Amino acid sequence: MAILDKHKLIETNATLLLILSFLVVTIGGIVQIVPLFYLENTIEKVEGMRPYTPLELAGRDIYIREGCYVCHSQMIRPMRDEVERYGHYSLAAESMYDHPFQWGSKRTGPDLARVGGRYSDEWHVDHLRNPEAVVPESVMPKYAFLEERMIDGKYIGDLMATNAFVGVPYSDEMLEAAQADFRAQADPDSDYDGLLERYGDTVNVRNFDGQPGISETDALIAYLQMLGTLVDFSTFTPDASR
Amino acid sequence: MTQPEDNKRAASHQPGDPNTTGHTWDGIEEFDNPMPRWWLWTFYATIIWGVIYTIAYPAWPLVSSATAGVLGWSTRGDVASEIVAAEEANAEINARLAAIKMEDIAEDADLRNYAVSSGAAVFRTWCAQCHGSGAAGAVGYPNLLDDAWLWGGDIENIHLTIAHGIRNEEDPDARYSEMPAFGRDEILTPEEIDQAVNYVMSLSGTPQDAAQVEAGSVVFADNCASCHTEDATGDPEQGAPNLADALWLYGGDYDTLTETVNNSRFGVMPSWSNRLTEAQIRAVATYVHQLGGGE
Repeated sequence: MAILDKHKLIETNATLLLILSFLVVTIGGIVQIVPLFYLENTIEKVEGMRPYTPLELAGRDIYIREGCYVCHSQMIRPMRDEVERYGHYSLAAESMYDHPFQWGSKRTGPDLARVGGRYSDEWHVDHLRNPEAVVPESVMPKYAFLEERMIDGKYIGDLMATNAFVGVPYSDEMLEAAQADFRAQADPDSDYDGLLERYGDTVNVRNFDGQPGISETDALIAYLQMLGTLVDFSTFTPDASR
Repeated sequence: MTQPEDNKRAASHQPGDPNTTGHTWDGIEEFDNPMPRWWLWTFYATIIWGVIYTIAYPAWPLVSSATAGVLGWSTRGDVASEIVAAEEANAEINARLAAIKMEDIAEDADLRNYAVSSGAAVFRTWCAQCHGSGAAGAVGYPNLLDDAWLWGGDIENIHLTIAHGIRNEEDPDARYSEMPAFGRDEILTPEEIDQAVNYVMSLSGTPQDAAQVEAGSVVFADNCASCHTEDATGDPEQGAPNLADALWLYGGDYDTLTETVNNSRFGVMPSWSNRLTEAQIRAVATYVHQLGGGE
């Protein structure tokens, strides 16, 4: 066959082989990846999602810095045993404001996708301080030092602007009020109406670690306590066919 | 296959012209033998399988959606049907468990066995993080194996505590009481607190300073007895612990007791009635009740 005879041309020309191989791989990639960006059933609209508050975003940064994702996933798979243990399976849209997402790939500890509201703040403080004090069989390291590291949110506005740059819908108003919102969320005696107005009534405003000032523990617990709580599954039913 | 045999076969295949590809590198030639038949047919079978599979299951991306597959299978539908099947299998016994009077569960052997084993699973999923996987508790989180109960240890009270929780903000029916912060709010002087702590220590062990005990009993009677009762055995109606036994939730040493009286404690337990079904709550109540300390 004529076309097979021409194959000799490719086999004897390394550069041409490279270019054509690249083209073949590109077509494979396009077929697999591109539809995810336009198919309607991969882009699910979900009620209740909002960007992270400044304090939660700071907590998320600590979560990433400490490598929590190495042992904890944030991805409840659609299987009965996981749904019974952790709650409703995760939806793609629940990670829509995560840059990068924290799905993780291994569970040494439990999944944290819906840990929000599951334990009290006091439990989180005890547990971060010394995990074995509440879970004797735990192999998690101690994070007591986070309580002593006070944070002032100096760069939180910049971090939010960076997130806005990659698509998180932080408004100008949110960016301007970043510092104030950061402080207000950890202080129930403050004027936090603006914070609730900007981010919704479901934002937890508490002194998360029970100590004066805003520590990294405050930020981390604020983040953990909102995980998986944004979508109200009592009123929202995901489309079964997706 | 040995070399001579190979050559013989090649020769018989195409007499006088060995079946090589015709490529020659430094005098080395390349055989052009056909693929083994089993391999070739397996290869064709996988292609056919692949085509059938993409017709049966969701596969090809089209303009606005992907092909759904003729079987109508989806991950979400799959997990939903698995959950429904499991719920249906247990529906009858769960309905019975949710309807029966709490005290009568123990008398129905089938129901009790079901409640204890499913309750154990609920406990390990939702309760073990604070109360421990063996229910032995931790500092600040009550031991459920002993017979000391803050809010009552009979099955009705255990059920009520689990259903609504303690001192949480989410459930208006949560059990609630609040110990005053005697030191922080300056209700008592440091001296009086020292006396009261020594008195409390004397009830179940040795006080740090025996000389303070008598004065402490007066402070106790005036400030503490209204909740912890006059003999300090506590009041499960308001979650006031028994201070006369040697069992401590936060610790019975001088420093811990002083901290408790100074700043009080505010242990919180979540409400479970909006996360677990009534049958699950009853199951875990039955499980906790039979652990050893149930009244």
